[in-house]
Amino acid sequence: MPSWPAETKYISQSTPRVDGEAKVTGRARYSSDIQAEGWLYGMILRAKWPSAKISSVNLDKALAVPGIKAAVVVRDGAFTIRYYGEEIAAVAGTSKQACLDALRVIEVTADVHHEFVVNESEARKENSPRVWENSPNAPTNPHVRENGKVDDAFAECAAVIEGFYSTAVQIHHPMETMGNTVSWTDDGLKAWSSTQGISSVRDGFAGALKLDHSKVRVITDYMGGGFGAKFGAGAEGVLAAKLSQAAKAPVRLMLTRFDQALAVGNRPSSFQKIKLGAKADGTLLAFDAENYGTAGIGAGGDGGGGGGGADIPMPYLYKVANTRVKQSAVAVNAGASRAFRAPGNPPASYGMESALDDLAVKMGMDPVELRLKNDPNPIRQREYKLGAEKFGWQAKYKKPGSSAGVVKTGVGCAAGAWPAGGASRNTQGEAQINPDGSIEFRLGVQDIGTGTRTVIAVVAAEILQLKPAQITVRVGDTNFPPGPGSGGSTTCPSISPTVFDICNKALEQLQTQSGIADARGENWFTACKKLGVNPLVVHGQWQQGLSADHACGVQFAEVEVDTETGFVSVKKIMGVHDCGLIVNQLTLESQINGGIIMGMGYALYEERVMDDLSGVVLNPNFETYKLPGIGDVPEIEIVLINMPERGVIGIGEPATVPTAAAIANAVANAIGVRVFSLPITPAKVLAALGKAPPATA
Amino acid sequence: MKNSEPENIGAHSRRTFFKSLGTVAATAATSQVRTIGAELEKINSEKIIGPGPVPVTLTVNGEKLKLMIEPRVTLLDALRNYSSLTGAKEGCDRATCGACTVLLGDTPIYSCQKLAIEAQGIEITTVEGLAKDKRLSKVQLAFIEKDALQCGYCTPGFVMSVTALLKKNFHPTADDVKHACAGNLCRCGCHPHILQAALKAAGVEHAAKTEVITYA
Ligand code: FES
Ligand code: FES
Repeated sequence: MPSWPAETKYISQSTPRVDGEAKVTGRARYSSDIQAEGWLYGMILRAKWPSAKISSVNLDKALAVPGIKAAVVVRDGAFTIRYYGEEIAAVAGTSKQACLDALRVIEVTADVHHEFVVNESEARKENSPRVWENSPNAPTNPHVRENGKVDDAFAECAAVIEGFYSTAVQIHHPMETMGNTVSWTDDGLKAWSSTQGISSVRDGFAGALKLDHSKVRVITDYMGGGFGAKFGAGAEGVLAAKLSQAAKAPVRLMLTRFDQALAVGNRPSSFQKIKLGAKADGTLLAFDAENYGTAGIGAGGDGGGGGGGADIPMPYLYKVANTRVKQSAVAVNAGASRAFRAPGNPPASYGMESALDDLAVKMGMDPVELRLKNDPNPIRQREYKLGAEKFGWQAKYKKPGSSAGVVKTGVGCAAGAWPAGGASRNTQGEAQINPDGSIEFRLGVQDIGTGTRTVIAVVAAEILQLKPAQITVRVGDTNFPPGPGSGGSTTCPSISPTVFDICNKALEQLQTQSGIADARGENWFTACKKLGVNPLVVHGQWQQGLSADHACGVQFAEVEVDTETGFVSVKKIMGVHDCGLIVNQLTLESQINGGIIMGMGYALYEERVMDDLSGVVLNPNFETYKLPGIGDVPEIEIVLINMPERGVIGIGEPATVPTAAAIANAVANAIGVRVFSLPITPAKVLAALGKAPPATA
Repeated sequence: MKNSEPENIGAHSRRTFFKSLGTVAATAATSQVRTIGAELEKINSEKIIGPGPVPVTLTVNGEKLKLMIEPRVTLLDALRNYSSLTGAKEGCDRATCGACTVLLGDTPIYSCQKLAIEAQGIEITTVEGLAKDKRLSKVQLAFIEKDALQCGYCTPGFVMSVTALLKKNFHPTADDVKHACAGNLCRCGCHPHILQAALKAAGVEHAAKTEVITYA
């Protein structure tokens, strides 16, 4: 079995991002920056109604607009619209302005339905309008999973709590919207895609347009974030391809920020009714839960959500002897969900950890104690103990609501995990070693922002005993050997062992060809020179034993809540995380910070708001869909547990899981009452304190 | 302001129109309504620009950029779609994300909210113009060193906002940095490192609070 070197020069150290310079100078070309020869601007016309039957779309006037070169309808014949913002048609022209003019004059003949539903609890009712004609919005008899004897167990509990915890629909909102530049000619299709999965986008184009995979090439040099939403070619990609074919020119079609909020994915909501009971010593005995949430039109029918269903893992992480769980996904007239950073886990963590804290309060037990009593995972046990000590939990944790004054302080904790993860075993890659000693790695992966190129350079520099700056890394091209999508925290554990393998193969072959026993480090150039005129190209693949899965983490939050305004301000988050062998500490820190900040948005600000009466998304922009800004971000302290013996594990997902729950628990600790739904807005805080009427929604 | 002949047929004629109307309307309230008629007639005889493409000259990173664009094209679109300067990014196109931040003179602005024709005659600096002779600016170097970026899409905007701050404030506090970057969003959540980088560029070392514990 191969193993990572015990002494390292670059692995587990901090190497600045190798493509940092390209990014801070504007030299990095993102998908939305591509200016292919003769490129046209593309734009999509979207439905203004949540439900309608489109009988015809007339593009004649659009095609007559000066500068417009092509216009296409999303489907031939009549078709049904099931949510506000669904695609109808698209145009391509020489300028954005021409496209805007053209969209205005497209004639759509539609039978607008006034029967639709966007509210989860309404959609579950028997007489609710149906999103999909042939199936109810929610299963009438959801599947029930029972382990043990829940009802009997509750009778034995010393304490039981019940709560109805809910989370809102969250939108990915990567800073670069979805989109592509597509050039489709007789030679094939070339797409510069803003994607986190060049291979899945290639397959998506090939499937939708009935092309051989070999005729489709996807390139992603740089892309501006994805968080789970950017795996497919998408309707916008297919439309761009059709426009390109019709206009005989490359078409750049990036979504507007508005579009981004409507049609290209979100994290489903959750409505978790939880009953939890424990023995007098705190041992959890019984858990009974019912959860529903909406994945938009992706729930029910044959809508297909592209992953990211509404079910969540229940009970989350902690061991309970007797459990009963009933879950259902509810269809509503809204854009389908997609995978979103640690799908299912943040809402599950919020529900379970809130219930645990409520139980701890009822039993007069310390929340950390209650967790230590019931968490079966030895790594999290360590993380809880270590974190509590470093955070100063004992001194900081007070009786709920007991801090003096108008602005109350509180602390909370929560755990997270990413049980999936692990590696994509098919990952491959190659390196070309030139006689001049330069070396280039080519892997068919992409960098979603986690530092993929840097990881490759760090691992290669370590094994070859070179400097990271000596390694040229090329990624983001389906012409390279295939790699995984950047999702599920799999990239780092997939590529690190692959690069390890490529390097060792390269060293073996260099030895054979040069006769130098050890071609590493100072012998590198001499060995390469002996190659003569032909570069050496070596192929490698993922190897067992160098990576693992199941990262854990616990986080502690400290908040201040103004009981007069309801405003919550997060003062500090401590994240205690493990991800096996740390590959590059600097970029790892960035990912953990990012996960925590995104979790903070989920806790306090983010929510897709829909209007029940019109079926419209009311906040499809950044004025009203609030993301955390630099002024909101607290002090973040990270404690990393380095466990080289486990091999490489991804961190992208686990870092964001426990944050919202830890903040919610800290708020409850501060004000002495629980806010039962995310995001914890000032209005909800005031309502919980009895200072304002509860919202009616 | 003096009510003169509009000297600039183009970017400023429309503005001058509104300004002059405002001034005149105030006077008219007390006296002659006929003045307004005369004023309007004069203004209407001005050359109307657009809606078709018009020549626009921008001064970007010290170089002249001559374009033929419709008057309604924003500065951001002029840069990104009519020149190869794609460093400024579009994140929202409506003044909420800051990805499009450039400097107009020394002032950071949302280039998506400025018409290109209005940006004529003022020095524009984009992220491409910060490195001199291939030597990165302090701010750029600090962003790399502190890893103040992940996907990097928001980065040009943050770099410009911090650059503008450091032009007028050599010793910013953390709060100054937060204030200067309040108009920039980062979805990857790089804020702690951005703060460190900005302070570092101003000469203040501000280390990350990270501890690594190795269990053997
Ligand atoms: S693109 Fe200008 S502020 Fe967002
Ligand atoms: S680095 Fe991705 S949005 Fe800021």
